[in-house]
Amino acid sequence: MTKEWTPRIVAFFCNWCTYTAADLAGVSRMKYAANTRTIRLMCSGRVDPQFILEAFARGADGVLIGGCHPNDCHYGEGNYKMLRRFALLQRMLQDLGIGEERLRLEWISAAEGEKVKSVINDMVKKITALGPLDLPGKCADWDRELTELAPAVEPAPVESEVTHA
Amino acid sequence: MDKVNGNHDVRIGFYVCQCGHNIAAMVDCAELAKYVGQLPNVVLSRDYKYMCSDPGQELIQKDIKEFGLNRIVVASCSPLLHEHTFRSAVEAGGLNPFFFHMVNIREHVSWVHTDRAEATAKARALARAAIRRVAHHRALEVKKVPVHPDVLVVGGGIAGIHAALTLAKAGKKVYLVEREPSIGGHMAKFDKTFPTLDCAACILTPKMSEVGSHPNITLWSHSEVVKMDGYVGNYTVKIKRKPRYINEDLCTGCQECISHCVYKEPKFHDDFNEGLGKRKPVYIPFPQATPQVVLIDPEVCLNFKRGVLTDKCKKPCVEACGDRKAIDFKQKEELKEIKVGTIIVATGFQTFDVGRMPQYGYGRYPNVYTALEVERLVNASGPTAGDVILRDGCHPKSIGIIHCVGSRDKNTNRWCSRVCCMYSMKLAHLLKEHTEAEIYNFYIDIRAPGKGYEEFYDKLLEEGVHFIRGRVGEVTDWAFIPEEEGKLVIRVEDTLAGVVRRIPVDMVVLATGLEPQADAQDVRRLFNMSCGSEGFFLERHPKLAPVNTFTDGVYLAGCCQSPKDIPDSVAQAGAAAAEAMVLIDKGHIEQEPNTAFVVEAECSGCKSCIPLCPYTAITLNEGSKKAVINEALCKGCGTCVAACPSGSIVQNLFDDEEVFSEIQGVLAYD
Repeated sequence: MTKEWTPRIVAFFCNWCTYTAADLAGVSRMKYAANTRTIRLMCSGRVDPQFILEAFARGADGVLIGGCHPNDCHYGEGNYKMLRRFALLQRMLQDLGIGEERLRLEWISAAEGEKVKSVINDMVKKITALGPLDLPGKCADWDRELTELAPAVEPAPVESEVTHA
Repeated sequence: MDKVNGNHDVRIGFYVCQCGHNIAAMVDCAELAKYVGQLPNVVLSRDYKYMCSDPGQELIQKDIKEFGLNRIVVASCSPLLHEHTFRSAVEAGGLNPFFFHMVNIREHVSWVHTDRAEATAKARALARAAIRRVAHHRALEVKKVPVHPDVLVVGGGIAGIHAALTLAKAGKKVYLVEREPSIGGHMAKFDKTFPTLDCAACILTPKMSEVGSHPNITLWSHSEVVKMDGYVGNYTVKIKRKPRYINEDLCTGCQECISHCVYKEPKFHDDFNEGLGKRKPVYIPFPQATPQVVLIDPEVCLNFKRGVLTDKCKKPCVEACGDRKAIDFKQKEELKEIKVGTIIVATGFQTFDVGRMPQYGYGRYPNVYTALEVERLVNASGPTAGDVILRDGCHPKSIGIIHCVGSRDKNTNRWCSRVCCMYSMKLAHLLKEHTEAEIYNFYIDIRAPGKGYEEFYDKLLEEGVHFIRGRVGEVTDWAFIPEEEGKLVIRVEDTLAGVVRRIPVDMVVLATGLEPQADAQDVRRLFNMSCGSEGFFLERHPKLAPVNTFTDGVYLAGCCQSPKDIPDSVAQAGAAAAEAMVLIDKGHIEQEPNTAFVVEAECSGCKSCIPLCPYTAITLNEGSKKAVINEALCKGCGTCVAACPSGSIVQNLFDDEEVFSEIQGVLAYD
């Protein structure tokens, strides 16, 4: 990375509320940071925990999930299902050393273009303060260490096969 | 190397739309096309001025044939706007329409970013994700579902009435549900309408009686929608019919029961006359009420105690009704269930609660009125038969009309209610006609942007009505000089003269703004709609789909969408009726094939998915012990897909592979 580091954020937005709100922010020509990459899903309930882990593993510094406000889900309760997973995921991310603050869940209704702007700007600010996560880089380092260390480790003597018959 | 690279059968055509300058000004389209052109599987990459134009669409069709393309990606505006356009173009080119993906680089990139290099980088990442994703797309079939031909119209104001009549005249069966005992809404309360000064009743009541007698309209007044289930074309709606203690079929509207009621004088709050008049426990809301049926208020009728039947009154009303036997004190609330294909929501507005602006003295000074009260006061069939006699018994010699009460005010409602300037001027004209008083209008700006509206303003100026520019600070009875004694003093900064003025008047009229109904949020949830930040129902697109909502088959008409005057409400109601007829006459709807299905071989039968489905579309096949998804019930949210521990549920269009490749694509930054 030669350029100054800026965070990479993957955003999963539900089709009915948050994606529409992001469209509204566009139509209203609101300006916000260009660090997010949005992936449209029909419902925040579709966000598989693996999507989030995959995003971090592939180099995301933050993941943002946008769904309809409680009680407003187009499908009734998909956002509640996401909320349940979110609570578990936060603990898991903490345990994995990624940190729960890199995952954010926001309820943004179709009318809240302004909130899309403020949430993204705020998230970019906070993730910038946290610094890069760079899981792919860390994984590469670990791999390199292992390969470098491998020759230095005396291979265990191969014992002849022992039968316990 | 990702597995996409190995797929040699995929031939992708990529198109970036400049959208005039909308995209090209912030995204380097030529560079983007060049970048995508060297990605794996991309056969062709072009940038073009307007992809959604006919030549743009023809370009796609021509390229599909010429270059043997089998996947298309277009980077342009939001898929919510033009996905359908491009899918049709892809289909016309001979491909399955779902071998297409759209990248939003206008609403999500060029319009919201300010750095051209950053915006172009973001567009590259999004395009790269789409190129990876589209390789996994499969051919899908659009499911056709029949549309039930009946329509439900919710709300019987002028918008609901017009929509119902339009549909009924076209031969459609309509259910019109109104919460109040009579249809007519706010318009029925008005005296005259601006700017033509036709009498509101004269133009509304013929439509109301047409609704009442039309064979295609089932009118349920005094009723409320309590539940809506189903989906576009096939809604099941539950409607609560509140008891009116009168058998609607037997009542002839003779009103003998009213004159024979044990209460000789009317003494209860009359909602229709804004409390300026009184009614009896058995009443008809107003003379032209539709249906022409009386009702009994169990809260005040002597035969009830606090709404519970006691049967202690001697019931002269029953005697007066005689053989018709229309009065039924044992009537119970009834639940009706109907099936409709489309729904028009026309639930209207409520006027601003002036109690929120105590500085204007409403409720403290008897001679401060709301505009709706004045409508009843000047109405020939109103509580005073059109005589403008104030609460203290005087006739006013000077009247102040305060505009923008609860409008254009950051302390209350920020929006302009659109009709107040015009109705204030109408009331000024009518009050002048009735009382010959001096009339002062206190306004911020005069907004008269309709046909004949500005001319009406000119006419008022010629009539000698005074206009003072400035928001009123307060209404007070504190007199400074003898001339102010016994009067209401309006304190206002005259912003044209640059002085603070005190104007003593006999009567103050508050031009209350329009706001969403108090239960708008409940209604919104009932019909699965969205609300704007101010609480009015949100249209699908502010310009191009102004009567559609985000729920297919549910349309909006009238003031529930935003404040509007009668001509606009009627126009919108006609548009909503036309939209409903589009579905009905087509006979079927094409459903987005984003439903989920179970790959049986991988399902372990753990049943995790079954309780997650809000539509009970998933069941366990007891024979094979595998989950089965009923495609007709599945709406395609994908919640079960995300939760399946064995990954055996697949959602069309949002398959795991598709989403994963998109995640990998957006993160493959350069």
